[in-house]
Amino acid sequence: MRAITPLNITPEPLYLNRRAFMRTFGAGLAVAAGAPATLLGAPSEPTDLPTSFKDITHYNNFYEFSSNKQAVARMVSGFETTPWQLEVTGRVAKPALFDVEELITRFQPEERVYRLRCVEGWSMVIPWHGFPLARILEAVQPTPEARYLKFITVHRPRQMPGQKNGWYHWPYVEGLRLDEALNDLAILATGLYAKKLLAQNGAPVRLVVPWKYGFKSIKSIVRIELVKSRPTSLWMRAAPHEYGFYANVNPKVPHPRWSQASERRIGEFRRRRTLMYNGYEEQVAHLYAGMDLKANY
Amino acid sequence: MIARARWLVHPLALLPLALLFYDFLIDNLTANPIQEITQRTGKTALILLILTLVVTPVNRHFRLPDLVPLRKRLGLYAFLYATLHLSIFVGLDYFFDWELILLELSEKLYVLVGLTAWLLLLPLAVTSTKGWQRRLGKRWKGLHRLIYVAASAVILHFLWLVKSDIREPLAYGAGVALLLTLRLPPVRRWLPRRTPE
Repeated sequence: MRAITPLNITPEPLYLNRRAFMRTFGAGLAVAAGAPATLLGAPSEPTDLPTSFKDITHYNNFYEFSSNKQAVARMVSGFETTPWQLEVTGRVAKPALFDVEELITRFQPEERVYRLRCVEGWSMVIPWHGFPLARILEAVQPTPEARYLKFITVHRPRQMPGQKNGWYHWPYVEGLRLDEALNDLAILATGLYAKKLLAQNGAPVRLVVPWKYGFKSIKSIVRIELVKSRPTSLWMRAAPHEYGFYANVNPKVPHPRWSQASERRIGEFRRRRTLMYNGYEEQVAHLYAGMDLKANY
Repeated sequence: MIARARWLVHPLALLPLALLFYDFLIDNLTANPIQEITQRTGKTALILLILTLVVTPVNRHFRLPDLVPLRKRLGLYAFLYATLHLSIFVGLDYFFDWELILLELSEKLYVLVGLTAWLLLLPLAVTSTKGWQRRLGKRWKGLHRLIYVAASAVILHFLWLVKSDIREPLAYGAGVALLLTLRLPPVRRWLPRRTPE
């Protein structure tokens, strides 16, 4: 399976989902009613067609707005994303404050079509626009003590009503090991479907690490700190037994709630088997050579 | 009055199902429709199960015997939604993929405890008729106390499947706990009971 597929972008949103669901739902009823399986045709090889723009922008896990995935797109209207600055600081030779527009002109985002696997057992295929995180790191020059990256989302309870929910420790924090961050698959995304990122997808700049569960790909980032010791993410703090630092997609490490062995691709009817490292094993497995993946979940 | 309005339980209990069909037709079941219908049937089953448990204490303390026939109807509707919920899990979500279903059952306590709740409700639904009530005699009441275990299992099922923020299942759990506490003999005796005029 190719990790990065060049793609002819469909400029208009694809609204095919309902029809596909109804068709397959009908097929499901036919099976349940005992219709011969041949009527339904043999299952074809799984393909990675991009998820519709509508689903990508209306089914969002973004707790800063709402824990209801359908509600997020409605809640973002008051969120201001311009101007926006991203600070890269900590153990670096050249700390920097980038304007997002400057990031875009300087690092020239390119299209990266990635699978996104949510820890909740669903997945999408998203045509991101982004540039390798490594490019920013080259610019700021991490010092030898820098071993981890700590990412921080903006904290604006007035514009992000979910941040008033005291259950979680805001702002959202995520982390990567420096060598993970330098992997070419790790990007900072500023757009999708050839458009600027919408607020519900983490505008104006977010991380995308496609071999990890979706929650690692932190949204609306204002600060990246290069640090010496391993940062504690929001989810590690909220439920340490369920969410580890690595959170690599791994069908063999079960979660108490959702299937990690299988997933539902949004827009599809049948479950798919989840792939090791979300299908990016070739590119990233070496980062974890010799590690006990059950202990380092 | 109550006796005459009792038929309302049917349209009211079927309303969530009608809404589900309506939302299906207007494409309002989210980008992940199978998960949505699983969650909605599950929650409806839980609410109906709680309402089933409300009948007895309300009748006992407010002397509203006309409510009592509702208990069976609500219980059967709860079982209907629980059955839909389970069928969706097996038939739509996992598409009869027994290998995956057994894996889920063996590694996820919430699945196991949810299935247990349905299995406990099954004999109650079967023996809900007058005929079975007669045949079982005194044992019928004992058997139907399984609903206490089933309701507690459903709360556990809900608690274990939410992501971190457990306030919603805790609220339902408090409801179930209250309704079960009202049934404890000392509590029952201590609470005032309306006597006939």
